[in-house]
Amino acid sequence: MRAALSTLTVARPRDLAHALRLMGGGGGAGRPTPLAGGTDLLVYLNAGTHTGRGFIDLWGLRELRGVRTTRRGMTLGALTTFSEIREHAALARRFPALAAAAAEVGGRQIQNRATVAGNIANASPAGDSLPALMALDAIVHVRSVRGSHAVPFGALYRGYRDLALAADELITAVEIPFAPPRSVQFFRKVGTRRAQSISKVVMAGVLRVGRDGCVDHVRLAWGSVAPVTLLSGRAEEALLGAKPSRMAAALARDALMDDIAPIDDIRSDREYRLAVAGNVLEQSLRAADPRFARS
Amino acid sequence: MSPRATLSLTVNGKRRRVSVPPMKRLLDVLREECSLTGTKEGCGEGECGACTVLIDGRTVNSCLVPAVQAAGATILTVEGLARGARLTALQEAFVGMGGSQCGICTPGILLAAHELLRRKRGRVPSDPEVREALAGNLCRCTGYQRIVDAVQAAARPGPRGVKRPAAMARHRPSARAREHR
Repeated sequence: MRAALSTLTVARPRDLAHALRLMGGGGGAGRPTPLAGGTDLLVYLNAGTHTGRGFIDLWGLRELRGVRTTRRGMTLGALTTFSEIREHAALARRFPALAAAAAEVGGRQIQNRATVAGNIANASPAGDSLPALMALDAIVHVRSVRGSHAVPFGALYRGYRDLALAADELITAVEIPFAPPRSVQFFRKVGTRRAQSISKVVMAGVLRVGRDGCVDHVRLAWGSVAPVTLLSGRAEEALLGAKPSRMAAALARDALMDDIAPIDDIRSDREYRLAVAGNVLEQSLRAADPRFARS
Repeated sequence: MSPRATLSLTVNGKRRRVSVPPMKRLLDVLREECSLTGTKEGCGEGECGACTVLIDGRTVNSCLVPAVQAAGATILTVEGLARGARLTALQEAFVGMGGSQCGICTPGILLAAHELLRRKRGRVPSDPEVREALAGNLCRCTGYQRIVDAVQAAARPGPRGVKRPAAMARHRPSARAREHR
């Protein structure tokens, strides 16, 4: 049943410090829910699946906006929208896998509101930007009144929709280190239709073939094929040190089948997802380096 | 006692003050407080785009924006496109070229297309560009081709440098539309 929107309360913090105090005060059921672009939360409210009565509106906090470039990488404010990611030339050049993911999150209307930290905090295994962030070894910066710390993306999800953050913590920024020079990035989303669909399988990857002709860096991250977004460690292991060839791609595909654990649900079924994930992997490898098509 | 927030926002160039529950949907604020019923509710979950409006020049699904986040914002709804009885080139093109059938999706599509044409600054968007820009707007009547044709026609300069849907009078369907005949 739809939540009675008229009974919900919203705090509007003046700045980040104020927001953190609001997050820290009043534990348990009284703790307010942080609200960013609202593109997930309002859906849950309309459907009646979010039961919290209080919210903290973060949308106006300038400290959570903006994209900064450092020597090691780029840092996105928590409220960076997917439109801003798409339109940021340096981001798109440095992180094409993330830019491609941003362009396929919903339609423009969603991309104009939905934020990178919102996608992370919503913690859906189908979140489209999450494989890109994971493949790029992103680091999530978190703060509370107790202090701040950084969480590597790989340690962020403990289980289905279970984020490794304390209840009073807010995501403030996402740091993405530059990928190794001469590496290739890829992103692929498979849904029911091209636009406005939730993924059946989504993957992002970073691959580099070294000067000796062997793969010396590989990250393959997957969504919608397990309870959490994950790196396919066995497939990566199969590729690392290998010379690109059709055989190497096939071995990686076999290994991938043990990395992922897709289920039957409303969007797809296990068999289809296994087949498509394997196809997506081989196609992506061939696109990244044509030698993966040769015997 | 339900909480209320007093907000001021600019809708179609007019300053408004409304006192509403803070999590009330912008869609409902526009329809109920502002009596602007051109903005439609379709799915109520951000899938269909029928409720699309512009906030500070960018499209949003107004069913997913809480009223508090519209405080101080400049909002454009379909009622704000025409100047009195004078339609925009985009609206004229939709009327003349069959870009609208049942009409429920039309206000949202007009605003999404309006944003695209402004972003293109006078360039005619390509077929894939129009389709990408309208990907968040579902239409169950037209099959989209006439919508795409109308958006492109509206971007073409007409006589005397005025942007007019020149194709209106002598509509030449695109190659793709011809195939479907």
